Amino acid sequence: MHQMHGTGETGAVQPAIELRGIDKRFGAVHANKEIDLKVDKGTIHGIVGENGAGKSTLMSILYGFYQADGGTIHVDGKLCDIKGSEDAIAAGIGMVHQHFMLVETFSVLENVILGVEGGAVLRDGVDKARVELERLEREYSLDIDPDAIVGDLSVGLQQRVEILKALYRGAEILILDEPTGVLTPQEADHLFRILATLKEQGKTVVLITHKLREIMAATDNVSVMRQGAMVADRKTAQTSPEELSELMVGRRVLLRLEKGEANPAATVLHVNNLCVDNAQGVRKVKNASFTVRAGEIVGIAGVSGNGQSELLEALGGIRSASEGSVLLNDQDVTPGKGVDAAELRKRGVAHVPEDRHRMAMVTGFTAKEAAILGYEDDPAYNKGILLDWNAISKATANMMSEFDVRPDDPDLKAANFSGGNQQKLVLAREIMRDPELLLVGQPTRGVDIGAIEFIHKRIVAMRDAGKAVLLVSVELDEIMSLADRILVMCDGVIIGEVSAAEANERILGLMMAGVDPNQAKAAEGQA
Amino acid sequence: MSNVVQLPRWIDVGLLPILNLVLALAVSGLVVLAIGENPIEVVEVLLYGAFGYDEAWGYTLYYTTNFVFTGLAFAVAFQCGLFNIGAEGQAYIGGLGVALSALYLDFLPFPVMLIVSAIAAAAFGAGWAYIPAYLQARRGSHIVITTIMFNFIASSVMVYLLVNVLRPEGSMSPESARIAEHLTLPNIVSLASWFGIEAANSPLNLSFVYAIIASVLVWLLIWHTRWGYSIRTAGANSVAATYAGIEPGRHIIMAMMISGALASFVALNEVMGAQQRLLIDFTAGYGFVGIAVALMGRNHPFGIFLASLLFGMLYQGGAELGFEIPTISNDMVVVIQGLVILFTGAMGNMLRPGVGGIYQKLYVAWINRRNSRESA
Repeated sequence: MHQMHGTGETGAVQPAIELRGIDKRFGAVHANKEIDLKVDKGTIHGIVGENGAGKSTLMSILYGFYQADGGTIHVDGKLCDIKGSEDAIAAGIGMVHQHFMLVETFSVLENVILGVEGGAVLRDGVDKARVELERLEREYSLDIDPDAIVGDLSVGLQQRVEILKALYRGAEILILDEPTGVLTPQEADHLFRILATLKEQGKTVVLITHKLREIMAATDNVSVMRQGAMVADRKTAQTSPEELSELMVGRRVLLRLEKGEANPAATVLHVNNLCVDNAQGVRKVKNASFTVRAGEIVGIAGVSGNGQSELLEALGGIRSASEGSVLLNDQDVTPGKGVDAAELRKRGVAHVPEDRHRMAMVTGFTAKEAAILGYEDDPAYNKGILLDWNAISKATANMMSEFDVRPDDPDLKAANFSGGNQQKLVLAREIMRDPELLLVGQPTRGVDIGAIEFIHKRIVAMRDAGKAVLLVSVELDEIMSLADRILVMCDGVIIGEVSAAEANERILGLMMAGVDPNQAKAAEGQA
Repeated sequence: MSNVVQLPRWIDVGLLPILNLVLALAVSGLVVLAIGENPIEVVEVLLYGAFGYDEAWGYTLYYTTNFVFTGLAFAVAFQCGLFNIGAEGQAYIGGLGVALSALYLDFLPFPVMLIVSAIAAAAFGAGWAYIPAYLQARRGSHIVITTIMFNFIASSVMVYLLVNVLRPEGSMSPESARIAEHLTLPNIVSLASWFGIEAANSPLNLSFVYAIIASVLVWLLIWHTRWGYSIRTAGANSVAATYAGIEPGRHIIMAMMISGALASFVALNEVMGAQQRLLIDFTAGYGFVGIAVALMGRNHPFGIFLASLLFGMLYQGGAELGFEIPTISNDMVVVIQGLVILFTGAMGNMLRPGVGGIYQKLYVAWINRRNSRESA
């Protein structure tokens, strides 16, 4: 499998980074197994792999957060002993983390010079930094106001501040860890343009991601990791998403879901003029009205933060309705007075929430404790006043085998499962209650490709079993491949509905921006 | 894959507390050396004073009883994510409940009084804890601030009551009348004599048995009932709790009231048992030491029992120390107790990164050796 790339064109030039035999363990977990990696100077090099494949660990070793148990790091052909991030910065390596390391109340300039203020008098350093910053911004067309307060900037701009920070410290090699996870598609496009500029100026970029589309669009070379090992190096031009996903997962993966026609039956969920306010009293859902019938999947699309989360949480009984009503099988279940999450569960509503770590489970709990969350009152899990841990263990083991959760150990801490396996456990908990209505939010966020396929199949299976499914997702691909009908939300309002047959990315994109559906369709017709 | 090294349980609950204790004793030893005494001798006297003869045992276990109650009280609130600093005040007010029931319901037969006094203590302690709990759950007032303030309020209220209301006529000391002899908690020594075991007298009484029962019940409640599960969920992640239909506010109030009730049982040991009357400041800091006990015992009843035994030993052995070695003054004993609290409670996680690092190195070395042996 080890095939080295790209020495042909660059000839005798030293690679910017060369890792030899990097090995790292965390307790029983072998996170990096004898990793070899070469990144050529002046290229954009992608590293792909599923969650938990060891990508972030490898980069953390390169940046000095962890010490490798074995192996060596060479930068520009020189052996480097990187003991901390200072050493990495000195060697010309800069890192842009997935979660930004910025002081939100400081200005852009103050953030950039943080730690390299230069001397006791701030004034001198600031003036010098301002000149340097303006030069960097011009050179790389970063386009950002040095005096803006970071907390006021959009996520995309904050990320540029992180890039500026690295460049200001003289980085020749820039590592970006899952940079597009928090960006809108437009912001992501802009980021890739910046990366291309950096490359033109001779910088080297390492891009860590699990999104194959980005790898194909932005990189020159790509390395694939699986289960802590480096399994392949490819030239991007000579590979395909299919090959990469197969390398990542270790088997063939269906990227496109196959499902039959929906057979919608009676209306299960009836939402009438529902309004939901957030904790600050701001109206987040405005007069939403729609139905979900048994045997269909209704998808709610929209740019993140347009009220979908609040709508889903209200239907799950977590938020109260301010106005309007919700009927479940013609019975009033308007969230608020007397109807909370526990009550809705009793009435056959299962809810897979958007935010797995914050809401769907308590990460400090064991898998079996996570597996009864929300159902701890179930007589099957109790013997008199005591919890029946034997029965719970058995039920958890059953969920794990049914939903292929690995490792299948009910006593393992929930935090020690990978994202995909955590999500499968949550889905198992909710789906195996055989609910009337399944509410699902972002079912595959932070989930690896192999598990995505499985999760999608299970959701479709729920539909085919005659259940009503309401799906909220910001991934348009996911909505389009799963949903039978698509509702689009913008600024708390349901803009309109599109059937799966007539949906495409352009129509949905226009509607997500608030364009009336008829106009959107007309615009599509002209195009 | 988690980035933090997960330590095996035996290191977390066994090795680390022991290392902390050793460190505390080592520093105490230096202090003892500094005043010109022999640390080994001091340890000998301390251990003899705590366990050397049956009266010493009695006193040690009597102190242990108080620490078990206050340690459990802290632990139950902690499982719900709450720092209950108010066990001192809750125990104090619990004493009021015990004294009132024993003094004014003295017509009740002893077996009934056993139950009534426990209920009275729990009701008063839980009631006192309810107010800060309500303020936290419904008004967002921080429980640490309110419980500290409620300790002061409890103290003032009790001084007023003892001086102006409960003090018998003609008495000059701020304390209640004595509880009728037949209503007090029987001494363990007198219980033991029924079984033909003779021992020197000590204040150790039936409430020690209560403490053991309470430990078992707390263990069952927290880890083996749905209510304990709900309390832990609400404490670990209130968002997940709301998602699950577990209302965090209600569970905050519930956990704090259980906590207050547990703290109040100190009054059974003191008011019904050892002192047989309500004294001013009878809680004597047990509520605060309970925090260190719970932290050292990793908020688990079994650990709390062992930690309580340690602190019981320090209290009783420390008293003996001041008596046997005149240069070790009472303040010196407090210094040693303070060092143990400092190292085992407040700085309980100080050694964790170091021990974790060593464990990680040893583990990798062991794996590598095993691998090389297998390949050879």
